[in-house]
Amino acid sequence: MATAKVRRVIPGTPLFDGDAARKGYALNKMCYSFNSADNRAEFTRDEAAYCRKYGLDPQQLAAVEKRNVLDLIAAGGNAYYLAKFAGIFGLDMQDIGAQQTGMSKEAFKARLIEAGK
Amino acid sequence: MAKIVGGIVTSHVPAIGRAIAGGLQQEAYWKPFFDGFAPVQQWLAEVKPDVAVVIYNDHGLNFFLDKMPTFAVGAAPQYSNADEGWGIPTLPAFPGDQDLSWHLIEELVAKEFDLTTCQEMLVDHAFTLPMKLLWPNAGEAWPVRTVPVCINTVQHPLPSARRCFKLGQAIGEAVASWDSDARVVVIGTGGLSHQLDGERAGFINKSFDLEFMDSLVNDPAWATRYSVEELIELTGTQGIELLMWVAARAALGGVDQVRKLHANYHIPISNTAAGLMLFENKD
Ligand SMILES: [Fe+2]
Repeated sequence: MATAKVRRVIPGTPLFDGDAARKGYALNKMCYSFNSADNRAEFTRDEAAYCRKYGLDPQQLAAVEKRNVLDLIAAGGNAYYLAKFAGIFGLDMQDIGAQQTGMSKEAFKARLIEAGK
Repeated sequence: MAKIVGGIVTSHVPAIGRAIAGGLQQEAYWKPFFDGFAPVQQWLAEVKPDVAVVIYNDHGLNFFLDKMPTFAVGAAPQYSNADEGWGIPTLPAFPGDQDLSWHLIEELVAKEFDLTTCQEMLVDHAFTLPMKLLWPNAGEAWPVRTVPVCINTVQHPLPSARRCFKLGQAIGEAVASWDSDARVVVIGTGGLSHQLDGERAGFINKSFDLEFMDSLVNDPAWATRYSVEELIELTGTQGIELLMWVAARAALGGVDQVRKLHANYHIPISNTAAGLMLFENKD
């Protein structure tokens, strides 16, 4: 059922295309709702109920429960919306980068600085 | 007729907003980034443009996947900022310029750009933070009217660099044909190399960024030789935001019409290679 044009595969680099947008719609819609502080609070109060309200599928529910970014992307999540989800837990872009690359946050930050040399 | 006085291209990341809110501009981590803006602020204070056309990409504040325009042009009396999910203090609303908005819309559609037009439009950090970096002392009263132009970098297929270059050229021509004595600055925000998602998160490509910045001086269409996928391979999933730079630079005209006045490049801010360039249009 893949209908998006087959794209160049870049290792470790997800491209959010039509297939991902279809698969991830409910998850991304929930993450988009986190623009509102009230919605963030509601999610924090009763996570399961909030996920139910947005109709997440089992793969998305499991990824949300694990707070695992690579799993969230595999479940159709888009980086820009997932950043709002991560914010609820006080995770910044280096936390997210460290988690996805299997590095410590310090090592991930050091690698960024190294890239400037 | 209106006149383009110059252009500014810069990176944007939400963490800049946190740094501004926390007053961290002179801390060692942020200083090399914030200090880069001083010559641009000074130029703006001297040139005093009336209007800024701001080419940026929305990150899920105004647009969601329910409706995702490739190119959207603001036509609102003003543009508000809002919480993007992290509770960072928002910036005061930006006055629009509806005359220029509708002139741009007329001219761009006539040139076969099928736009989405927005009479209500929230602007996110990609619009607001560059404005704050350029006019840090504006307070509640921004010294320019604005027209936002938003390019989709959220959902593929994205417009090609070639298409964004042509959009920029058409914006430049439209401003030049606007019956107004306004002085217009074109701002492009995004990039440079960075990647937030996937196992390659943290990817940065300094040599490509520097070559790209150089190309804006000597060969502004240089990046149009690459496909979107090639640019992502070279610059990261969010490095593709350099499309805003391509469009903004194209709006200024050819190599002979423009002189580079300032550039800064610093790695990293957050996960991003931060670039900044100032171009002045010759009379
Ligand atoms: Fe961005």
